[in-house]
Amino acid sequence: MAAKTQGPAVGYTTESTRTLLRVVILCFIAAAAISSRLFSVIRFESIIHEFDPWFNFRATKYLVANGFHKFWDWFDDRTWHPLGRVTGGTLYPGLMVTSGAIYHALRTLTIPVDIRNICVLLAPACSGLTAFATYLLTNEMTTSPSAGLLAAVFMGIAPGYISRSVAGSYDNEAIAIFLLVFTFYLWIKALKLGSMLWGALCALFYGYMVASWGGYAFITCLLPVHALVLICMGRYSTRLYVSYTTWYALGTLASMQIPFVGFLPIKTSEHMPALGIFGFIQLIGFIQYVRSAISGRQFQTFLVTILVATFGLGLLGLVALTSLGYVAPWSGRFYSLWDTGYAKIHIPIIASVSEHQPTAWPSFFFDLNFLIWLFPAGVYLCFQDLKDEHVFVVVYALFGSYFAGVMVRLMLTLTPVVCVAAAMAASQILDTYLSWKSATPPEEQEAPKKVKGGLRGSDKPNVGIYSNLTKVMVSGSMLVYLLMFVSHCTWVTSNAYSSPSVVLASRMPDGSQHIIDDYREAYQWLRQNTKEDAKIMSWWDYGYQIGGMADRPTLVDNNTWNNTHIATVGKAMSSREEVSYPIMRQHEVDYVLVVFGALLGYSGDDINKFLWMVRIAEGIWPDEVKERDFFTPQGEYRVDEGATETMKNSLMYKMSYYNYASLFPAGQAADRVRGVRIPDQGPVLNTLEEAFTSENWIIRIYKVKDLDNIGRDHANAAAFERGQKKKKPTKKRGARVLRVD
Amino acid sequence: ANWDKVLQNIYQYYMNETPQRTKLIDVFLVFIAVVGALQFLYCILAGNYPFNAFLSGFGATVGQFVLTISLRIQTAAANKSDFPEVSPERAFADYVVCSLILHFFCVNFIN
Repeated sequence: MAAKTQGPAVGYTTESTRTLLRVVILCFIAAAAISSRLFSVIRFESIIHEFDPWFNFRATKYLVANGFHKFWDWFDDRTWHPLGRVTGGTLYPGLMVTSGAIYHALRTLTIPVDIRNICVLLAPACSGLTAFATYLLTNEMTTSPSAGLLAAVFMGIAPGYISRSVAGSYDNEAIAIFLLVFTFYLWIKALKLGSMLWGALCALFYGYMVASWGGYAFITCLLPVHALVLICMGRYSTRLYVSYTTWYALGTLASMQIPFVGFLPIKTSEHMPALGIFGFIQLIGFIQYVRSAISGRQFQTFLVTILVATFGLGLLGLVALTSLGYVAPWSGRFYSLWDTGYAKIHIPIIASVSEHQPTAWPSFFFDLNFLIWLFPAGVYLCFQDLKDEHVFVVVYALFGSYFAGVMVRLMLTLTPVVCVAAAMAASQILDTYLSWKSATPPEEQEAPKKVKGGLRGSDKPNVGIYSNLTKVMVSGSMLVYLLMFVSHCTWVTSNAYSSPSVVLASRMPDGSQHIIDDYREAYQWLRQNTKEDAKIMSWWDYGYQIGGMADRPTLVDNNTWNNTHIATVGKAMSSREEVSYPIMRQHEVDYVLVVFGALLGYSGDDINKFLWMVRIAEGIWPDEVKERDFFTPQGEYRVDEGATETMKNSLMYKMSYYNYASLFPAGQAADRVRGVRIPDQGPVLNTLEEAFTSENWIIRIYKVKDLDNIGRDHANAAAFERGQKKKKPTKKRGARVLRVD
Repeated sequence: ANWDKVLQNIYQYYMNETPQRTKLIDVFLVFIAVVGALQFLYCILAGNYPFNAFLSGFGATVGQFVLTISLRIQTAAANKSDFPEVSPERAFADYVVCSLILHFFCVNFIN
């Protein structure tokens, strides 16, 4: 207050004070974003979570150990056992290269940090950058000084983003969301300035995004849609031409440098909108030029017809090319976003992933708290003064909401725009109600007196806030919401999203924590007690973890690129032993690993996933594996004595329940997941022998027996071992066939 | 009906209103377009076997074409109001940087 009277020197100080405040606030936001992601590291330890990150971690270790060139053409013969995987051409290398670069940078600074710690902490570090990128993006949208900071706070701690970026979640999304937001920022900047350089920067970061995450298709579709909407609104400008064409020309070439992407940008339907708009914008640019050359109303209508005709022709050509097979149609994963019933019917492997399910209402509130209801208000505010960049927010909001509604996992791409829009709404409220200047009282009411016949909304009412009480109340309640948001985010992060799935934590009755570490126990057993190249067969969920923690070759893993191979494993798991044994011999399987949660009540075990194995196998061998056979005639899926014969004889059932009943007193063997009683007479295994069972029976490992020495089949040999040979050998000759030499 | 008149008008306008430097740019544009068209023709006639080579060659022409048009747009006096912050020198520097990036990608992609 006193400063105001002192002249221009003080204006300079307030300016620099503001800058200082901004820097300090942004630093605090980054610190909050990082520290709220560290729950799992502090509670448990600094390890990689989940399944996919284990492959990324393994690839990063390979990169760090062998250098970039070897990593680029790395043929991995320790996955997909007989086939192997051309890893360099089937992954997005951005994540690994980033952490490899950080690793080497830190080493040259003589701070040698273990690569594991870099991988664990990469996601929190990037989340700080994401908050900053959101700040920049929001500042492009509005002139309000507080909106950018609010958006940065929201983005820093919103659980929708934290869920994929806690420490230890070394997944592609860790880095990709930062790149997504930053690419959008650069795009908006390029569009506003009409500068080639910003367009080129946008293309470079787009290329980096392509190198990092398969979700880059979202950008490739969103930017053209934005451009198209702008054109349709009659907002075509030379700036749009410059920024879009620079982005497309450079960005497409940049994206084609990634081996996994290769020629896709010109061959698949996902990328066709960008190409189509690229062509369309050339046409528009030319027509605009011609229009400036010539005047004449009749000519304009002529041009419009040309425009529509060319657009129609382009669309027709695209449809023709697609149907003739020159352009690949939507891939299954992408297509299932439009036809939501498609995956369940045709590709069970896509539907079997829990992240690919539609989102329920509560999870929007759970992940975004009060942002979700400020979000529509923010989008509405964008309509108030509709500039080019606001159209972007509107388009992004529409698409992001749709995709997030279809698939749980895509909540992640919705979160940035929710944060931006909600911050615009919140800052609008705060700017209005926090200014100390009261609105000037209306002069005299008589000037805009009612004009008869005019609409009631058209005469200006006197808008303004006069009472300090209203100001305090409104901004106070806003403050309460903001505080509640912070506590909600912290609570959700702490309770829902900070558990490493590798170790299971449970509470003892006295409140102390009990850690169940069966996974690592079993993987460690495999690593230390099997030979270096022993092949492990398990369901694909555990492929990456076995490769990463046990360091043994696997048959299938989480990269589900070969459906038939997965179906082979599914068939081996769901068939009788006599059928599975030759399959396992053919694939040189040494050990079979199953996850079994019945003792502990761990519901994510293989018996609960069993039906997916059956379905996937049935897709390939409909005659040999039938889902119907695993249900009782009443249509129940049972594992107790009422289970069907097929179920009881399947390899998975036998491996899971082998010897299980012997843990309990007679008649009391219970399955705590399914909540049923298990028959005392457990299944008999002939072709496998139990090699290892972890402490809580979560992981059971079986060794595949060798062929019988004297050529009997395993059922006979095992029966002989058990002494079950018939007491009175029948003298009768059995029906034999001729020996053929 | 009045197509020839329209074309004549355009030609007149172009000849009268375009400065010399912009015409120079346009000659370059025509050259790039011809090169691109020749490559495309050759691809149709001879097949696209080293597809990456075709793509990088063709992509280079297309990219250079749109970049040059962007330069042309930004240096034209008529568009001054659209780009208050871009001086012709700045536009040219941007053009150089973008072309360098483009050629790096093309050379890398042609193997």
